[in-house]
Amino acid sequence: MAVSADFLQFLFSGITVGAIYGLVGLGFAIIYNASHVINFAQGEFVMIGGMTTVSLIGLGLPLLVAVAGAILATVGIGLLFEKLAIEPARDASIVALIIITIGASILFRGAAQVIWGRNFHSLPSFSGDDPILIGGAAILPQSLWVIGGAGAIVAGLQWFFNHTLAGKAMIATSHNPLAARLVGINTRFVLMLGFGLSAMLGAAAGILIAPISLTYAGVGVMLGLKGFCAAVLGGLGKPMGAVAGGLIVGISEVMTAGYVSSAYKDAVAFIIILAVLFFLPSGLFGDRGTERV
Amino acid sequence: MVLGLVPGRALAADPIRIGTFLSVSGGASFLGDPELKTMVMFIDRINKSGGLLGRRIDLIHYDDETRAKNAITYVKRLISQDKVDLIVGGSTTGNTMAVIKLIQKAGVPFISLAGAGVIVDPVKKWVFKTPHTDKVAVAKIFTDMKARGLSKVGLLSGSGGFDKSCRKNARALASEFGITIVADEVHGKGDTDMTPQLTRIKGTQGVQALLYCGFGAPTSIVAKNYKQLGMTIPHYQTHGSASMKFILGASGAAEGVRLPAAALLVVDQLPDDHPQKAVGTAYKAAYEARYKEPISTFGGHAYDGLLIATEAIKRAGSTDKAKVRDEIEKTNHLVGVDGIFTMSPSDHLGLNAGSFVMVEVRNDKWKLLQ
Repeated sequence: MAVSADFLQFLFSGITVGAIYGLVGLGFAIIYNASHVINFAQGEFVMIGGMTTVSLIGLGLPLLVAVAGAILATVGIGLLFEKLAIEPARDASIVALIIITIGASILFRGAAQVIWGRNFHSLPSFSGDDPILIGGAAILPQSLWVIGGAGAIVAGLQWFFNHTLAGKAMIATSHNPLAARLVGINTRFVLMLGFGLSAMLGAAAGILIAPISLTYAGVGVMLGLKGFCAAVLGGLGKPMGAVAGGLIVGISEVMTAGYVSSAYKDAVAFIIILAVLFFLPSGLFGDRGTERV
Repeated sequence: MVLGLVPGRALAADPIRIGTFLSVSGGASFLGDPELKTMVMFIDRINKSGGLLGRRIDLIHYDDETRAKNAITYVKRLISQDKVDLIVGGSTTGNTMAVIKLIQKAGVPFISLAGAGVIVDPVKKWVFKTPHTDKVAVAKIFTDMKARGLSKVGLLSGSGGFDKSCRKNARALASEFGITIVADEVHGKGDTDMTPQLTRIKGTQGVQALLYCGFGAPTSIVAKNYKQLGMTIPHYQTHGSASMKFILGASGAAEGVRLPAAALLVVDQLPDDHPQKAVGTAYKAAYEARYKEPISTFGGHAYDGLLIATEAIKRAGSTDKAKVRDEIEKTNHLVGVDGIFTMSPSDHLGLNAGSFVMVEVRNDKWKLLQ
């Protein structure tokens, strides 16, 4: 009896954190699809979302307004970033573009420290802190917000990619940018859309998790890396794969901490990514790469 | 980066150079930030009233971002490029331990602001410290537990130097106090969810109390997770959590947490004849007026570090490193904000037992336990 209650506790914990990794991984997948670039500043979108919400709430705005404002602000920053740093370098090599994103992430972190200081900040939980007991395990209402919020966002994205022209244009561009351009798709707009979407995803993840885990200028580093692991595990470029990857990484981490040893928790994500790169480079759901000669 | 502070009157040419490396950003920012603010305030006050030995004090400061590698780089710079006379710094045990070899080799008096006992035990010639050690903290906690009839303890610690040292001391001292450690969990750096570890502790047969060794944001997260899991066993933390930031970060979940802290934290509740009352009240008033935020014991450690340093320089009559070091070692009954210091060749901390008190969080405020 005690064992299964513990297992449920770990499972909920793992799904909660896995949902966040999934959202961050989605951001990586979308930008990769639009440009074959890994945006290492993705974690910083998470940080900016959470921190901006803290500031807006501090100004006295109600939660909903603060959340909307923070998401808009992060999307704005994502679009600016794309316009000013990525687009001018679009003919550069992929490696150069990746280095640009790493530089941007450092810039965002430094700016965050100047604007918000170096301390930790907390957000109030959306619907209180009284845990809900399910089968002996205690879940925070905020965890339900995280899981529900992430689920809603993923469902929304699925609809967007499959049932709107813009979404289909993004998928087309990811398959073959040249062909996409030939049929009249504005690939530059697709890239901007990709950054905007990823920024929104990052911000949402940051806002959902901040009441549980506190936020600070450096929170994006680990979250970004683990989100990247999730994206790679799922097959880089496969949005649903990234979500699945996130859940797998999150649950594995917590199960390791709960049943094996809490000291190795952080290693799990990185062991997973090493295993993927060695044995299954295209991830769980990715296409096996082929090149036409 | 030199914070040369402009004095009120012209002072003798050659300034006294005090160097510091603090974790103003990064995981230990709620230690380093008030420490820097306190040091600036302290030195400002001295310079405005004529300086030390008629000379202006220059504070040369670097932010090591809670990274040991940066601490080493900056200490090298302080010693060889900035040529400081003395160093007061090292917010974390990890960063302090990383630079001790450098300090010993260079022969510069160093007063550390970090918690673990290993810093001064074994005694090192040039190294002193001001905060209570984790060993004293653990002893105080175990004494309190014993008095309440608690003897089976679930231990949780993080991966910082202080956490590891505290855990080691807890395990070593347990039998002396009749305590048994029935669970021993660890979490990683930057972890945002300790419910797996706490679930294991909660499920341990017969556990009667929880002790968390750590500092920074994890202290608040542990409190939140404790509340989430509906745990009811008494919850103890260490003086690494002795700051309002811990309480605020826990959003109400810190209620009932007990910890040992320097009396400064509850200076308003001390009886008037308590030795720390006057100095503590003055420091609190000055800090809160200038910075508009509540004090923490960490700022107090920095105040005491500078107090010891400046008094030693005064007694030595110069900034000769060997003379100053000897005078620091001779500090006798110096009433600081965190305690009364009496150092000796075998004791480079020198705090009296009465300066550490048990406090409990009630209504998001610190309450002194008699």
